[in-house]
Amino acid sequence: VVPVPILAAVERQHEYVRRAVEERGVRLVRLWFTDVLGQLKSVAISPAELETAFEEGMHFDGSAIDGFSRIQESDVLARPDPSTFELLPWADGGSTARMFCDIYNPDGSPFEGDPRHVLRRNLRRALDSGWSFFVAPEMEFFYFADGEPNRPLQPLDSGSYFDLTTSDVASDLRRQTISVLEAMGIPVEYSFHEDSPSQHEIDLRYTDALTMADQIMTFRLVVRELALERGRYASFMPKPLPDVQGSGMHLHLSLFEKDTNAFHTDGADYALSPVARGFMAGLLHHAREITAVTNQLVNSYKRLVTGYEAPVWVSWAKNNRSALIRVPVTRADKTSSTRVEYRSPDPACNPYLAFSVILAAGLKGITEGYELPDETVQNLYELTPEEAEKMGVRPLPQSLAEALDEMERSELVRDALGEHIFEWFLRNKRAEWRGYKAHVSQWELQRYLPTW
Amino acid sequence: MDLLVVFPDPAPAELVRTLDLAGYGWAGIGGADAVADKEPEEGWAGAVVSAVEDAEGAWAVCRALRKRDEPIEPLLVVVSGAQLGELDTRDELYDDFIIGPFHPRELEARLKHLLWRTGRGPSPQVVEYGSLVLNLETYQAAIEGRPLDLTFMEYELLKYLASHPGKVFTREALLNRVWGYEYYGGARTVDVHVRRLRAKLGEEHANLIQTVRSVGYKLGQSRWQP
Repeated sequence: VVPVPILAAVERQHEYVRRAVEERGVRLVRLWFTDVLGQLKSVAISPAELETAFEEGMHFDGSAIDGFSRIQESDVLARPDPSTFELLPWADGGSTARMFCDIYNPDGSPFEGDPRHVLRRNLRRALDSGWSFFVAPEMEFFYFADGEPNRPLQPLDSGSYFDLTTSDVASDLRRQTISVLEAMGIPVEYSFHEDSPSQHEIDLRYTDALTMADQIMTFRLVVRELALERGRYASFMPKPLPDVQGSGMHLHLSLFEKDTNAFHTDGADYALSPVARGFMAGLLHHAREITAVTNQLVNSYKRLVTGYEAPVWVSWAKNNRSALIRVPVTRADKTSSTRVEYRSPDPACNPYLAFSVILAAGLKGITEGYELPDETVQNLYELTPEEAEKMGVRPLPQSLAEALDEMERSELVRDALGEHIFEWFLRNKRAEWRGYKAHVSQWELQRYLPTW
Repeated sequence: MDLLVVFPDPAPAELVRTLDLAGYGWAGIGGADAVADKEPEEGWAGAVVSAVEDAEGAWAVCRALRKRDEPIEPLLVVVSGAQLGELDTRDELYDDFIIGPFHPRELEARLKHLLWRTGRGPSPQVVEYGSLVLNLETYQAAIEGRPLDLTFMEYELLKYLASHPGKVFTREALLNRVWGYEYYGGARTVDVHVRRLRAKLGEEHANLIQTVRSVGYKLGQSRWQP
């Protein structure tokens, strides 16, 4: 039974959206949802249809959406979440707004193929233990002159880490992007030029995982749309240029119990509470199983190689950028900022699903009381496979195929994603791998054609 | 601001939330004596009296509000289903009634209509603080005439803070009063929303909402303070 106050709150939110649409002259409302691969989907409705969308939801045929098709039933229902109503300041002079949707079956039950629902389910599980899951991502991406895959990619600048590149197009774009993000209520913590030419980083301020997943979906769209407006191309591809660093999406993670940071204990090693240590142990234990979800492209594994600030080994350390989990330095009096940084994910993942498996792995570590292995103090980039084995440090999966093998064996991932998405994801990604495996690359031609 | 008088004190949580969300100023009283003692100079703007918890006390308060030179109106009384019979002989003691547990929207609508009919009482239509204006009728907010595009919860939070200028609220209190239902983010949600509000208010006005270290947040200064 839904208590009356919640009903009233929802009605009030509907009313709020209706009035905002009227008062702000909104002409188009985009209903957004995310397919299983993490692509944003949109159905546009006119203000006149808003009432129906709230009361009944919008019916559509799910069979054309990646991961939404089922054998029996293909109709699904998108119901807008009024709390996500936001104007899109860059689109059509501000007369377009958006809401994220939750997807339901025709019988009213949540649709098992909806990534947003999967994350809600996992967050509910954490909340049952009293924990809210907070995430802050570091979003990395490249600007290119265009998105034409058959020409060599042209970066917009040749800047490097922290470079203050004045008056160039890329930095202008980044500035403009940040002001749009802020106007949309997506606060930016830092932004700077990253290590590679034309590579930029925008760090978002932490928020609860569901809102953050929505924000990442919005972020990717804003960055790309604003670049397109200027005739440029922004890409979240994990490794677009072979000889420079790829784009990651480091995630700063913490669990809060009401107002209290459950990851913090005064005086403990690195101020990490038993909860934090359990969470880290769970992440490390299941890291190989969840990598297919956090790094879902063939290309993702070209970023996870030695020599480019990306993690390769399953390990943790206080301040070692070669580790998979890092414990960032925080001010002693700021107990709320004690957190862990998970460094393997890339910005081409589905954030709803990535957060789901990361949270599931962490929670498992806490509830099962996993022991956190020792910190790795060596520079792991210099580690040979033999040395690693001696130390008991395992590598992350080396390819999408290996990651899928690990995932397929994982009860944890099956449970976190649910049967429907688990099966579909494996099927889809196996096909992607088969396509890649059968392909003959330029590298092979250059290397083998002259000699064989 | 004009104040409604509310009985009993502490007032039932759902009543508090409904009045706060609707933007009414109010003060709780514990009994009939307090009607005159706590009355503001300009008089009570109206009353909401709940008989559900303490029927005898409630009717005494109603009598104190009505049996005087200038009876307080409008007076809305909350009764349980079993108390409906008590209304029969007391027509002069109230203007309208509602059955508790009530639907918050119904209470709000009845109160609004009563206040409109008597042509007095607090006007919840607009909340202003400096150049910040919230129109409660249209749910629109603006600062220096520039419209703010807020989400519902950002709007509700800003409205709540702006309705109580200078008052410091803890995160928990804001979460209970503004969100009022279980939310994924817990109390940290408040920080996140404040940060978003500041972003939308723009650099110039970002300090309108102040962080009170190790307590919570407040908006501006109280009008009653020098």
